[in-house]
Amino acid sequence: MRHTFVALVEDKPGVLNRVVSVFRRRLFNIESLTVSHTHQPGISRITIVVDSDKTEVERIIPYMHKLINVIQVEDLTHEPCVSRDLAMIKVSAPPETRSAILQLVEVFRARVVDVANDSLIIEITGDKEKIDGLVEVLQPYGIIELVRTGIIAMERGIPRLLNKTYENQGVKLPIEYKMVS
Amino acid sequence: MKVTGAEIFWRCLEYQKVKVVFGYPGGTTLPIYDALVESPVHHVLTRHEQGAAHMADGYARASGAVGVALATSGPGATNLITGITNAQMDSVPVVFITGQVVSPLIGYDAFQETDVTGITLPITKHNYLITDPHDIAPAIKEAFFIAASGRPGPVLVDISKDAQMAEIEWEYDDSPVQIPGYRPDLSPLPADLQAAVETIQSARRPVILAGHGILISGAMLEVLEFAERTQTPVACTLLGIGAFPGSHPLSLGMPGMHGEAWVNQTIQEADLVLAFGMRFDDRVTGNLKQFAPKARKIHIDIDPSEINKNVPVDIALVGDLKETLQKLLPALKPARHDEWLDTIQSWKGDSAVRDIQNLPDNGHLYAAHVINDLWRETQGEALVVSDVGQNQMWAAQYYRHEKPFTYFTSGGLGTMGFGLPAAIGVKFARPEEEVWAIAGDGGFQMTQAELSTLAQEKMKINIAILNNGYLGMVRQWQEFFYDKRYSATPMVGPDFVKIAEAHGLTGIRVTRREDVVSAIRQAREIPGTVLIDFHVEKEDSVYPMVPSGAAIDKMIRRPVPQAQGK
Repeated sequence: MRHTFVALVEDKPGVLNRVVSVFRRRLFNIESLTVSHTHQPGISRITIVVDSDKTEVERIIPYMHKLINVIQVEDLTHEPCVSRDLAMIKVSAPPETRSAILQLVEVFRARVVDVANDSLIIEITGDKEKIDGLVEVLQPYGIIELVRTGIIAMERGIPRLLNKTYENQGVKLPIEYKMVS
Repeated sequence: MKVTGAEIFWRCLEYQKVKVVFGYPGGTTLPIYDALVESPVHHVLTRHEQGAAHMADGYARASGAVGVALATSGPGATNLITGITNAQMDSVPVVFITGQVVSPLIGYDAFQETDVTGITLPITKHNYLITDPHDIAPAIKEAFFIAASGRPGPVLVDISKDAQMAEIEWEYDDSPVQIPGYRPDLSPLPADLQAAVETIQSARRPVILAGHGILISGAMLEVLEFAERTQTPVACTLLGIGAFPGSHPLSLGMPGMHGEAWVNQTIQEADLVLAFGMRFDDRVTGNLKQFAPKARKIHIDIDPSEINKNVPVDIALVGDLKETLQKLLPALKPARHDEWLDTIQSWKGDSAVRDIQNLPDNGHLYAAHVINDLWRETQGEALVVSDVGQNQMWAAQYYRHEKPFTYFTSGGLGTMGFGLPAAIGVKFARPEEEVWAIAGDGGFQMTQAELSTLAQEKMKINIAILNNGYLGMVRQWQEFFYDKRYSATPMVGPDFVKIAEAHGLTGIRVTRREDVVSAIRQAREIPGTVLIDFHVEKEDSVYPMVPSGAAIDKMIRRPVPQAQGK
């Protein structure tokens, strides 16, 4: 089963390395990983998806919390949340198949973001299954390149999980701190 | 005022009340060493960076303060690795400082460059790479805070040479450290405390597993009160030795692989295991599936990641042990477990006859005799620092400790070579007290270069080498599990008496049992460091022993004919 973890971490060099090391050391395989800034200066957000058949998922939160730079970690797997993946698919599209491909793009509510003589780049956003679906139907036309961002996830409504621990500690956001390293 | 990064470094150490630093200079720490001349901090020049790391480790364990070790970049830094890992495994607060090549050269494979923050990432509690002199003071302050708070551990600060040399306007900022994701101050939930009280109160056959956390938290009195009020017997783990007085009627001894048989039996029969500041190491639990099968388990630990890691527990109280016990104690009613304590007493009976000390003298010198005599001669008051292997287990079994912070050893990592340098660190922490380093002939040779450090510092410690001409613990495993094929374990050592003398120290050789006491007395009287080379029984084993992977009550016991004398 896929598990989605979301972590808020300090935005400093090497923090991603520390987080990934938690998985590497224990031979846990990461299915997807995204890192980006948040609206709060100095804080980055990481989404990690792992397969619970190959990972002791219940150990991940305690191990991640051991890291000094990790501010908060939550398992969103069983929470109501929106998760999205973005893919760009470059597909072979000579004149004879182009219209069929464009129809598929329409059906999947994807977008064409680049048109070349014999190929198209299709952009699609959605959950993992939707993207897998489009990839599958495009396969026969000849996929030239494929890139996916990996899953990002967000709890629906007012977040109950993330940020809660902060308040319990009496720490106010956004936290501004000096970058040491 | 304009100061250099190197001067800032030493000033920061002074603010942290650092009195002694163990280190070894090199190219990238030259500015720091130059500024040392003006600093009141005492620097101990070791003979190898591993020695510096273990000394800082021993110093931290014996003093309760943060230890500091200093090394240059490249090989200096990599030589620290074993010592850093050792501190990490045993939760010892040590700040490691390494020099780094000038920042424009970082990443270019410069001379003596190594990615030390990368290398030490998994073996430190945290680490820093500093290339800006303004960052030195905040990093040092955070490093000391992180090392000493919560579950202690090593923190490494790698400082580039240009940051050490740069001059900046600087004043010390003594505002408290704020790290948003770091929570060393967790405390248990009231509901869990209440559940714990009810569980403790309903127990019939309770046992306390007393770990290193008791010493780190300073919860000795609380544990004593807990044990006495609830009449619960206490088993101190290897690193928990001293957390509970060894002569107390409720004291059981050490559990685990080389624990006493009755201790392991107590755990296996208990209906409640109270784990106080211990982490269910595999050397304590043996086979996890068969560990304490009849017991409910209450685990008190400050590190949430230890909860349910090895042993699933019924109640977890995450927080400082002393504070947690202070919350529990007022709710606990006095209890009696006479029947349970009598049963445990009856298990002791059988084990005592197998103990080598209680058997007729067969003329051989056993390591157990040495430790036992040392214990008697020092009235159990010495600070004992053991190396790793058979010597460590015998020291743990036969030297009984009444007081906390009197036994120091490398537990989690099991680092041979730890004993001598750690003993030097212990002596620096508690110069008024008698320090004995106990080592095997193998482990001693790993770091014996530190004898020069001892001589240079004109220190007085005593060293007992239990010399059996083997890597004894490995030989023992080969005897039991590899059909006595002694592969690479016989070891020809040097003349340790001459080694001592070559360093201007006193060396004594003991080969007969009757000479043990007089040698110990001599060593205690001589003002300088004395090394005693005890030639002990060559193929003796540590008993009892739980084979790796077996349940802890499946022990190999000392064969009776051997024990009774040949």
